[in-house]
Amino acid sequence: MEIKTATAGTLESGDVMVQISPAEGEGLHIELESTVALQFGEQIRQVATEALTDFGLTNAHVRLVDKGALDCTIRARVTAAAVRATGKDVWKD
Amino acid sequence: MFVPGNNPAMMQDAFIYGPDSIMLDLEDSVAMAEKDAARLLVYNALRTVDYGDTEMVVRINPLSTPYGKKDVEAVVKAGVHVVRMPKTETAEEVHEVEREIERVEAELGCVGRTKIMAAIESALGVVNAYAIATASPRMMGIALGAEDYCANLKTQRSPEGMELLLARQTIVVAARAAGIDALDTVYSNLNDMETFRKEVELIKTLGFDGKSIINPRQIQVVNEVFAPTAKAIEKARAIIAAIKEAEARGSGVVSLNGKMVDRPVVIRAQRTIDLAIASGVISKEDVL
Repeated sequence: MEIKTATAGTLESGDVMVQISPAEGEGLHIELESTVALQFGEQIRQVATEALTDFGLTNAHVRLVDKGALDCTIRARVTAAAVRATGKDVWKD
Repeated sequence: MFVPGNNPAMMQDAFIYGPDSIMLDLEDSVAMAEKDAARLLVYNALRTVDYGDTEMVVRINPLSTPYGKKDVEAVVKAGVHVVRMPKTETAEEVHEVEREIERVEAELGCVGRTKIMAAIESALGVVNAYAIATASPRMMGIALGAEDYCANLKTQRSPEGMELLLARQTIVVAARAAGIDALDTVYSNLNDMETFRKEVELIKTLGFDGKSIINPRQIQVVNEVFAPTAKAIEKARAIIAAIKEAEARGSGVVSLNGKMVDRPVVIRAQRTIDLAIASGVISKEDVL
């Protein structure tokens, strides 16, 4: 899937800023910056990976700047960035 | 309580304050460039966050915009309780939203699950209030949106609210005639709680079922104004108990302390109990 660089989210508390750009190699490369990376880093990466896999994006560089976002917010922001990066929407109309 | 649909922190914390209903907004509070992201945020929040007993409403964009149909698809798939239509002017607009909801519900196998609330925000909407209120069996309420209404009327809001009187009374009468809820508009000045309280007292007197709010600070005032007194609750309980006893004997009317208790009295008593529960004065368990 061809992609361009795109972002979604904010740096406000409870949110996460996601940037998706073309990958240099194969697979998903997730770069995470979070104040809770030590406790929840693995989980955040897992939620982001699941959201991208569900979307159908398997090759991308993903940068997450997390400000304490819940899993549902991470999923929403990663999906929004993927929609913008690919131009492929998740809704029918 | 209105909550912007693109603000995750507010969306996840809103229920903590105990509003009866949370209305996640995809319309006016969301910038055009963020409509896609807000829709995904609302969809994921509705599917994941435990809002308890709180009624979940989403204000969608009009179907005439490129966002409206996608909003309906997302929120119906997420299991929202109520779709709120903005700037509703005709019954046909309700039919269009109903058709979109049904299309998505048919795919999911849950036809009839989603209710509709219509915001009336123009002179034409007020003129058509009853037609809007009765446009679909899914209609659960009509609400006044005063800012757009005043702009359409070529006036502005005053502390006394005289400019809104006809719209408010028309909406209450239309809602009552249709058997659905009437909900009043927001009051935006958070620093003037005195005028806010007067406005809540006014709309309660007019017959509204509730008031839209924009901040948790306003919840307490609405609950205080709408909460029945201890004496009124006691009387309502006695009426309900008396009519239950009468019904057990096969009668629809009874005398309580020398006064006749019939259906209208019982309806008012039940409303008092319902308001007492909604205001947090008594709990559901108290009336069982």
